[in-house]
Amino acid sequence: MKFRHILLGAAAAFALSPAAALAERGSDGQLNIIYWQAPSTLNPYLSGGTKEVEAASLVLESFARFDDTGEMVPFMAESIPTVENGGVSEDLTSITWTFREGLMWSDGSAVTAADAVFTWEYCTHPESGCAQTNYFTGVESVEAVDDRTVRINFSEPKPFPYTAFVGAESPILQAAQFADCLGAAAPECTDANFGPIGTGPFVVEEFRPNDVITFVANDNYRVADQPAFARVVFKGGGDAASAARSVLETGEFDYAWNLQIDPTLLAEMEETGIGTVVTAFGTSVERMMLNQFNPDPALGDDRSTEAAGPHPFLTHPAVGAAMSMAIDRALLVEIGYGAGGQPTCNVLPAPDAYASTANDDCLVQDIAGANALLDEAGIVDTDGDGVREHNGVPLRVLYQTSTNAVRQDTQALIKQWWSEVGIDAELRNIDASVFFGGDPSSPDTYQKFYADIEMYTNNFAGVDPEAYMANWRCSEIPSPASQWQGNNIQRSCDPAYDALVDAMAQTASLEERGRLAREMNDMLVQNYWMIPLVHRGGVSAHANTLGGVRMSDWDSELWNIAEWHRDDM
Amino acid sequence: MTDTTTNQAPRNQWWDVWDQFKTHKGALLGAGFFVFMLLFVYLGPYVWGIDPGHIDPRVRNQGMSFAHPMGTDQLGRDMFARMMAGGQISIAVGLTAMLLSLVLGTFIGVLAGYFKRIDGLLMRFTDLFLALPLLPLLLVIVMLYRDPLRAAFGPETGIFILIVFVIGITSWMQTARIVRGDVLALKEREFVLAARSIGTPPHRMILRHLLPNVMSPIMVSATLGIANAIITESALSFLGLGFPSDFPTWGRLLFDGTDWLQRNPERVIWPGLAISLTVLSVNYIGDGLRDALDPRIRGR
Repeated sequence: MKFRHILLGAAAAFALSPAAALAERGSDGQLNIIYWQAPSTLNPYLSGGTKEVEAASLVLESFARFDDTGEMVPFMAESIPTVENGGVSEDLTSITWTFREGLMWSDGSAVTAADAVFTWEYCTHPESGCAQTNYFTGVESVEAVDDRTVRINFSEPKPFPYTAFVGAESPILQAAQFADCLGAAAPECTDANFGPIGTGPFVVEEFRPNDVITFVANDNYRVADQPAFARVVFKGGGDAASAARSVLETGEFDYAWNLQIDPTLLAEMEETGIGTVVTAFGTSVERMMLNQFNPDPALGDDRSTEAAGPHPFLTHPAVGAAMSMAIDRALLVEIGYGAGGQPTCNVLPAPDAYASTANDDCLVQDIAGANALLDEAGIVDTDGDGVREHNGVPLRVLYQTSTNAVRQDTQALIKQWWSEVGIDAELRNIDASVFFGGDPSSPDTYQKFYADIEMYTNNFAGVDPEAYMANWRCSEIPSPASQWQGNNIQRSCDPAYDALVDAMAQTASLEERGRLAREMNDMLVQNYWMIPLVHRGGVSAHANTLGGVRMSDWDSELWNIAEWHRDDM
Repeated sequence: MTDTTTNQAPRNQWWDVWDQFKTHKGALLGAGFFVFMLLFVYLGPYVWGIDPGHIDPRVRNQGMSFAHPMGTDQLGRDMFARMMAGGQISIAVGLTAMLLSLVLGTFIGVLAGYFKRIDGLLMRFTDLFLALPLLPLLLVIVMLYRDPLRAAFGPETGIFILIVFVIGITSWMQTARIVRGDVLALKEREFVLAARSIGTPPHRMILRHLLPNVMSPIMVSATLGIANAIITESALSFLGLGFPSDFPTWGRLLFDGTDWLQRNPERVIWPGLAISLTVLSVNYIGDGLRDALDPRIRGR
């Protein structure tokens, strides 16, 4: 029932949107978008980066996308399959999608179920290095029932089946274009990767990697009067502050993405009056990871692995608790995030059904309490240097994060608060492309975690946290044996946690899933494996003349770009 | 020349240098400013008691006031104290890195110019260093040696040694080339021939006859070197390879301030002024020293 509502709502939105009704395709001229990180490919299967995924979302579509409220909107599909309408099988082991009637690729050929089957084969090919394989986890097969109908079979019951081909990160590719690009040949198909043929509102005209992309309106787009813009210039590069300025102060661009700059500055730019700052809250949480293994450099290659043994003091819950209590999250938000952040004590802050309320005490800073807690635990300063010792090991931590003005401010603030509870922090910041680069030969990646504490933001796409919470099982601990791949960055291991993950994979009831997710969240937070700091929203800005922007943090920010239009001022 | 010296006591030649230096107004001013800067950054903190790292969220982004003569930054840290702390590091890095590159460059340049046999080898070595892409090299050096140095000397001194070393060994090449060229020319002069004819050994020849005559180009590259070192250090800090972010240096203060250029322009102006005036004053000192040290100009 619920989905039918959404459908009706979406249909109503399409029909009632005034610009959509009045304008004709391409009547509003050119749209200028700036992403200060430049896309390097337009094939989201070959890059997990947000910038690539969002740029590609102008061209490539999937069966459904998530709107600004986290609800699904059918895109290539006729409707959202549910158990009620028979689209999802009773035993939750298959889902059947139906393409819209007459749906065409931008080159004029018809979209068929074979394209979806091909896309599944493309991404799951063992040699392809597909960046989005997690969307196909548990998918046993994808089959074409007829030309317009695709059935996805799961190897076991899948309570939330809307992963494969839903959202901007797993779009459907055209089989004809990518036929020769299977497996190891995938990265070599430059023409296809730089100019994929899609069903979206725009077509790639020119793609210059790491620079500018120009798109033109798709003549074969399924909605007759969309998109309103004839051309899109998608500029990459620069930095967040100049991107914000180009929209809010000079008006050179119409839309700027990911403006993580000082809120004071952003507010002042907005006062110029030609643009608006928009935020959308999804699941992004800026958190600190507390290394549960010993990262002592003296251990050489063994550090931060199981062979190094447990961390000398971060495994003691009182230390993590004191660290968390000493932090004034509200001030962090005020100084670094403004409207783009909210203090949080949860790793999983949204959607509401999954958000725990058990940890909200941390919202209030309590330095005296932190000191008392450490004193009680017998972790005291024995040698009078202002730093407490635990079993003779001083509480000195190396605290690393990526290079970014807001993160460095956060580091400085936290260092000061920790010094008030007798914990000494040494700060380190690493260039983001190295830190998040995942190069197994670099010692500075967040996966290697050659530090005591590291801070970054993580989130999950879509609205179901099952795969996300499974990130922190024992088997996900990065190690040399796994080429440092794995998402359990803080290296925590508790069989009870794994049991909850397994339980969630077999639970269909939303209520029960919510309870399990909250319980896992509470374990992560109350064991102080992680210290959540700020629930971050995406912050973007658009020109006041640009209408139709409904920013979603659940999907590509540009998910409804077909509906964007120029408002007369 | 001989008439006047007969009835006077022998005079140290450094007095002559000082007399010549005094006549250069710019050099005197520069020296005065440089001494003032040294006093400001090294003695200033004893007078101005605010801790440069102390965060006071109540006074963020303030302009210039009596309590904070240079305003405060976005976390409420006192810019005046940060300028002093930053200057200590920047000047120390600039001077030490410059000295290192100067010694290295002069040594290689003189050797290459004086000893024909090793000239080719040393100059190819210099070319090799010139051809090295600086940034990747820095990345590798920092990556390899950061942890051992941090363990041996602590985070501050370890990084200091690393940065000084890295800047020093990547900026000596120009000095070496200039010095070699000058030595090659000097080698053919009559006074060198005369010195050689009375059997002066090579080390005397270099120290007594060649080095004083190439002092001026060395001084010029030294002054440029300080500026270069300060700027390279700030570039490294920007990439996250320099000092930790809570360690103010002039370069980092300037970089942090660029976002605030419109709102709090003084955040850029003060460190910018400090860097440029320090570099300028050192340039003037170098200019004056060059004149004063060159025996051919002195006394004119």
